[in-house]
Amino acid sequence: MKRVYVNEEWCLGCHLCEYNCAFANSGLSDMVKALKDKEIYPRIHVEEDNKIKYAVSCRHCDDPLCVKSCIAGAITKDENGTVKIDTDKCVHCYTCILVCPVGAVSHNENGAAMKCELCLENSCGSPACASGCPNKAIVYEERE
Amino acid sequence: MGIEFIYPEFEVVRNQNRCIGCRVCERQCANEVHTYDADGKVIISDDAKCVNCQRCVSLCPTRAIKIVKSDCRMRENANWADDTIKEIYKQANSGGVLLSSMGNPKPFPVYWDKILINASQVTNPPIDPLREPMETKVFLGKKPDSIERDENGKLINNLSPQLKLELPVMFSAMSYGSISYNAHKSLALAAQQLGIYYNTGEGGLHEDFYVYGENTIVQVASGRFGVHDDYLNAGAAVEIKMGQGAKPGIGGHLPGTKIVGDVSHTRMIPEGSDAISPAPHHDIYSIEDLRQLVYSLKEATQYKKPVIVKVAAVHNIAAIASGIARSGADIIAIDGFRGGTGAAPTRIRDNVGIPIELALAACDQRLREEGIRNQVSLVVGGSIRSASDVVKAIALGADACYVATAALLAMGCHLCRTCQTGKCNWGIATQNPELVKRLNPEIGSQRLVNLMTAWGHEIKELMGGMGINSIETLRGNRLMLRGINLTEKELEILGISHAGE
Amino acid sequence: MKLEGQIRIPSGCAISAVISKDGNRMNGEKIIESMKPMHDRSNGLGGGFAAYGIYPEHKEQYALHIFFDSISAREECEHLLRKSFEVVKDESIKTRTIPEITDEPIIRRYFVSPLNSVLTALQIDEKEYVVRIVTKINIELKGSYVFSCGKNMGAFKAVGFPEDVGRFYCLDEYEAYSWTAHGRYPTNTPGWWGGAHPFALLDYTIVHNGEISSYDANRRFIEMYGYKCTLQTDTEVITYIADYLLRRQKLTLEEMASVVAAPFWQTIDKKCPEERERLNYLRTVFSSLLVTGPFSIILGFEGGLMALNDRLKLRSMVVGEKDDKVYIASEEAAIRVMEPDAQNIYAPAGGEPVIVKVKEGKF
Repeated sequence: MKRVYVNEEWCLGCHLCEYNCAFANSGLSDMVKALKDKEIYPRIHVEEDNKIKYAVSCRHCDDPLCVKSCIAGAITKDENGTVKIDTDKCVHCYTCILVCPVGAVSHNENGAAMKCELCLENSCGSPACASGCPNKAIVYEERE
Repeated sequence: MGIEFIYPEFEVVRNQNRCIGCRVCERQCANEVHTYDADGKVIISDDAKCVNCQRCVSLCPTRAIKIVKSDCRMRENANWADDTIKEIYKQANSGGVLLSSMGNPKPFPVYWDKILINASQVTNPPIDPLREPMETKVFLGKKPDSIERDENGKLINNLSPQLKLELPVMFSAMSYGSISYNAHKSLALAAQQLGIYYNTGEGGLHEDFYVYGENTIVQVASGRFGVHDDYLNAGAAVEIKMGQGAKPGIGGHLPGTKIVGDVSHTRMIPEGSDAISPAPHHDIYSIEDLRQLVYSLKEATQYKKPVIVKVAAVHNIAAIASGIARSGADIIAIDGFRGGTGAAPTRIRDNVGIPIELALAACDQRLREEGIRNQVSLVVGGSIRSASDVVKAIALGADACYVATAALLAMGCHLCRTCQTGKCNWGIATQNPELVKRLNPEIGSQRLVNLMTAWGHEIKELMGGMGINSIETLRGNRLMLRGINLTEKELEILGISHAGE
Repeated sequence: MKLEGQIRIPSGCAISAVISKDGNRMNGEKIIESMKPMHDRSNGLGGGFAAYGIYPEHKEQYALHIFFDSISAREECEHLLRKSFEVVKDESIKTRTIPEITDEPIIRRYFVSPLNSVLTALQIDEKEYVVRIVTKINIELKGSYVFSCGKNMGAFKAVGFPEDVGRFYCLDEYEAYSWTAHGRYPTNTPGWWGGAHPFALLDYTIVHNGEISSYDANRRFIEMYGYKCTLQTDTEVITYIADYLLRRQKLTLEEMASVVAAPFWQTIDKKCPEERERLNYLRTVFSSLLVTGPFSIILGFEGGLMALNDRLKLRSMVVGEKDDKVYIASEEAAIRVMEPDAQNIYAPAGGEPVIVKVKEGKF
């Protein structure tokens, strides 16, 4: 399946991916309206120290621990391989956050677990982090 | 503050209604213009540090920033312009030579913009490049005066080594050191993909880039940085740099701060030492000395590679070109006074040399008058800005054009003209690894390929309009050009008629 | 209005030619007739013919055909001729007075031989010497114009329609094994006798239909080698190219065709390695002699002719044959007039040279 991949070599740590993600999932058509004066809850996070910068988001694992560990059955892997969270079913136990090996799961402003769902169902249609990355550090592609 | 104060040239205008506080501007500005004020939860900008490179403008996701020219002005004076006065202040402050980057920005005439191109109507047909072959391939190098045959009457291939270009455009010299590893890699990748050449400049060739040798011109300049046997033989041609359009008559100076790591290794000089290229080659004080260097380089490369001699366009350029043609050089590259540079003394950049259009016309004509035009190819640079500039240059008599500024622009350069600071926010004119990585060669090379592909289409369209389907028959075809708003003398030098004639 | 030489003159045209491979000589009637159906391809501002094998009794001398504007021009020119050559014969060229052709200049013919002593002193061969003297007359002597200077051949041209020009020069009285003809449709000249075609240099003559887009590139290149394009016409520059490539560089006709109408690179790339190298070589060395834009030309020379189209075939040209004769013309109608039963009529492809040579010893 096509996944979001990150090339650390080209990540500038500009954090634009986080804002593009938050905007893409806001349901609004204007970024200013969507994000101004608001705390953002992106599904991708730039991890950085002095040496390394790296954007982290859901790997859509073949055998996802989050799916296995979800006590509410809120996390599923669909027929295309996309791992999704049903926020209505989420009971805010955060087991998924704890078990995720890459730290890709967080929560939204309401406390429900949240992670990258590849923008497939929002207005972007493909990951906003990748299309908005100024240095092609984030790509959305099929790999072996 | 006080007497040394000069009001900032630019103002950063932030539309607070649009700013979402993402701090991209802050993170991306190597000049540290923007800072986040946690108390007021706003980003504030220090105009004094801004060089107007437009990095923040380009990356701001909500278009909240623009940079405007400051309107704080000295009292108007037609003789003492604002910039003139400020340069006085700067020199009074520092006691130093003023430095600038990129090409001459002064309002000298741009002759390209005073030349118009012909098209076919009725008496002969324009040719549609979408339907008919339209050839832009060029071979650069010396052509033999006469053919030779073997005992069976078969033609003997007595051609000197040639450079084959799919398009009459090459990327001109920019050294590794003055520009970054990723910029060089972008140029190399693009040259390879386009079937053209890029030029190492005078800083040697990074060992990673030897694989692009078939599309590389290696340069030998007065400092001889990075020159060794493998280097000379790594490229497709060797270029002797005698001068540069942006700073004719002086050498180069790459500050020690840029001589780090691989740059030092590639240049073969100690880390941190200034790389100072002398004004002359100290083994070339005259034309006969040049001949010796040309042949030394040919010996070193077993006569397998054409030798280019690059000179700045100066007053006596036609005679100089004639001398070079007779020195054994295969290709003459002429760099006009609007050519770019990583750093040059402002006074030299803005006042020395002549426009490439006039230099080209004069050289081509002179070489023809002497009957030696076919012995050398002519490559011209120094602000070739578009496909139409290329077409005009070829019609005036060039075999191909060198472009550098346009290539830098394609890679992201915004012509802020502060390359000398080493803080290029676009990852081009810098050796700071954090900044260098901002230029992903995958993107850089693709944009270069895009630009040249676009120019290629435009060149073909223009050629087709003239009823010309091969670039060879455009070369020196001055009848295809007309001047507008030019004096008799200018027309005479350009060798073209006025529009309407 | 400006004349040829003062401004570049593009023009459209009609061309026609006939040659006997057996060297059988034909009078000029048929070639004149052949221009009639193509009348509309000319506009009365120029017509001309070249004929080969017409002066067998003077075949060792160069036949100079010269226009003079005045007696004084003639005297000045003749002075130079006598200084430069042994003038074996000097006569006026016979013409017929017809209402269609007016304002004729003085038209004379000189059979000349270069002086051996002069050749030795200059260390050049006699052809080169003739070229230099002719060039000198045409550039320096105002009012004199040499329009033909080959051996055992001659060009005849005038302002008018070609069929009238043929009658004017009494071409029905000349016997040639090879004829070429030209009718001109210039677009910005009042018409000048010297500017009519064929253009001739030594035994090379060119008749040409087209307007080449490579003109100035070709001109500026060829002028490096001692030629001076005084007329600023396509025909003139193509003649010089032919002279340079054939006489001076000693290329074959086929090789010349591969330079002037070089195959496209993509075509060259598909050839076998040896042929590819040959074509690459010719195209690279003589790149400035590639001719682009529409043209159909017939190059006449001693013992043969070559027809060639531009590589896109932007001008019409057809070839036909019958017995020992080969016919070439802008239109098939012209061939049919010369030989109603012409066979194997075809249109050569762009860049494909048609070379016809008279059998050795037959001319």
